[in-house]
Amino acid sequence: MSPSVFAVPMENYIGLSAIVFFLGVLGVIVRRNPLIMLMSIELMFNAANLALITYAKAWVNAAGHIFAFLVITVAAAEAAIGLAIVVIVFRRAVNVDVDEIATLHG
Amino acid sequence: MIAFWVLALALIGTGVFTITAKKPVYSVVGLLGNFVALAILYLTLQAEFLAVIQIVVYSGAILILFVFVIALLSSGVQPFNVGPNRLPKVLLPALVIGAVALAAIVYGTARVPLAARPSIAAGSPGALGATGEADVFGSVANFGQSLFTTNLLPFEVTALLLMVAVIGVVLLAGDDEPARRRPKARGTAREPIAKPQEPLTR
Repeated sequence: MSPSVFAVPMENYIGLSAIVFFLGVLGVIVRRNPLIMLMSIELMFNAANLALITYAKAWVNAAGHIFAFLVITVAAAEAAIGLAIVVIVFRRAVNVDVDEIATLHG
Repeated sequence: MIAFWVLALALIGTGVFTITAKKPVYSVVGLLGNFVALAILYLTLQAEFLAVIQIVVYSGAILILFVFVIALLSSGVQPFNVGPNRLPKVLLPALVIGAVALAAIVYGTARVPLAARPSIAAGSPGALGATGEADVFGSVANFGQSLFTTNLLPFEVTALLLMVAVIGVVLLAGDDEPARRRPKARGTAREPIAKPQEPLTR
């Protein structure tokens, strides 16, 4: 593959990223299991990363790669904190439906 | 070209499987396939370092964390005792909101030029080249150079963020009642070796 010619139009990558992001949004809104909601958030992170890396290639600018790297790091921190909260909720509550968890509701 | 469509189908298929699976473990498997497909897509976009990081950090660390939590929580109790199925009720709003978000993303990206406009002259370090060559765009050397010179401050701030996250997780999930384990008086002999942890699920 010649480096300056993309075998696939870049719009396809962006469209794919949008579709995966859409799936993530759908997962967060529809599912009520906190673990699957966290996984849907990971899906959205990955969609954003795909868009960042696509633009980085289109503009030949490494800043997109750096930003995607930072997003991966933040996603790791988010997953750790989110899972810790899930563990606490599972420990204390009988029902883990996120609609029923209203202890902090005020 | 064919590779892209195969990977795109795999990405969407595993994504759908992830959000529709009945049990969280199945979701994790779907997400694993999703991450692997995405890593290969990164390779086609000349992001070789990020492809490796995607496998190592996402599939290796984050998914294992998910699996650990699922295994931990499923051991003693009936963990996934969720309420009645509200899928029919929320499906329409979810689809509407998702479609609006999708339209916004497509509209926004359509306005940004995607034409290749390299900021670096061809032939110099950091210019586009075949994947795997040294000193081309996306190579590990180019990435590291950029990370540790131009973008050093974000890198350090991220390190701080990770440390805060670690402390937060230890505080949140480490101990139910830390006050109970505190030594009663200062100056006495050292606390004996820590008692065995209580089981996490009760």
